[in-house]
Amino acid sequence: MIISVASGKGGTGKTTVAVNLALALGDCQLLDCDVEEPNAQVFLKADIRAREPATVRVPEIDYQKCDFCGKCRDVCAYHALAVLPGKVLFFPQMCHSCGACEMLCPRKAIRETDRTIGEIETGDREGIRFVQGKLNVGETMAPPLIRQVKSRIEPNSVAILDAPPGTSCPMVTAVRGSDFCILVTEPTPFGMNDLHLAIDTVKKLGIPYGVVVNRAEADDLKTRDYFKSNRIPLLLKIPLDRKIAELYSIGTPFIGPMPEYREKFRALFKTISETVKVSP
Amino acid sequence: MKIAITSEGRTLDSAVDPRFGRCGYFLIIDTDTDKVEALQNPGTQQTGGAGIQAGQLMASKGVEVVLTGNMGPNAFQVIQSAGIKVVTGVSGKISEALRAYKDGKLSPAENPSVGSKSGMS
Repeated sequence: MIISVASGKGGTGKTTVAVNLALALGDCQLLDCDVEEPNAQVFLKADIRAREPATVRVPEIDYQKCDFCGKCRDVCAYHALAVLPGKVLFFPQMCHSCGACEMLCPRKAIRETDRTIGEIETGDREGIRFVQGKLNVGETMAPPLIRQVKSRIEPNSVAILDAPPGTSCPMVTAVRGSDFCILVTEPTPFGMNDLHLAIDTVKKLGIPYGVVVNRAEADDLKTRDYFKSNRIPLLLKIPLDRKIAELYSIGTPFIGPMPEYREKFRALFKTISETVKVSP
Repeated sequence: MKIAITSEGRTLDSAVDPRFGRCGYFLIIDTDTDKVEALQNPGTQQTGGAGIQAGQLMASKGVEVVLTGNMGPNAFQVIQSAGIKVVTGVSGKISEALRAYKDGKLSPAENPSVGSKSGMS
């Protein structure tokens, strides 16, 4: 079962929920798909066992064969190639590795080579198999690396995916294919606005979802009414608690020193499992 | 010699468009014949790669000098590779910019003046 943790707004507590849920379950996989700024490892502190470069396929021009006809430029939907007299310029940041230039070059003057965009680290801690993608600084395209991180998902186990914030390509790439999506929000206008966008996104992807409210305050009637009138399933409230904030600031997952939350996260998992079971 | 100036309109009275890849028009002036060609920029609304395409357009038109407000890194690379000179920081009317260049008051840029996608509105 694949459970992704997403949010809309950044900084609402995705990683807090993902890491604490993984620790509460024990035997599972945790995959940090927020490859532009992965931080689950700050809290999990897994022993990293392997590092592998992550690559994408990019064109290489064979100048012995190229006659500068411009076909590769014309078929590139992303304008990653410029053809000038006697010269082909390639802009790697614009390339989506679609392969059209190689396939359609009339002189077979293009072959694909690997370009490193980041790395994938794997490790473990307390029965949790950990995978994280790290996109190199300056790289702009997260989705290819996110897909490579997701290719490490083990069949027949519980995989928890820490997704990037927002509702654009990286978030969609991470969340797509999940059996359930936990949306983490905070009860602020900004948090609620972006939650709404995230709900629209997971609905469109056809993924069952529920919401965790982080930094919740007891008298927060506005969010309660919003959830009620929009029939948004509320999974868990994590209160605005100084102790949780202090533990966060020193990189300690709070279910360790606050074991009452271990049960709450297990109950959360149970609710999710039951929802997934009845979903088509 | 052909000079291209990024323009908001089709005439020499138009204002210089501060963007390169996403400018409204390229006014291409042949300084030998004083002939002016107003070329509508096909890349105005493009989400990515507008500068790269505009740079190739300049090369295919045989332009030797580009006068504009700003140019990003990708466009700059194409323009440089094509051996075209570019002057950034140009503003005011097209006719004034052209006069200033002819009088030798404008000097070519050695670096892009802005980051990627800065011409997107």
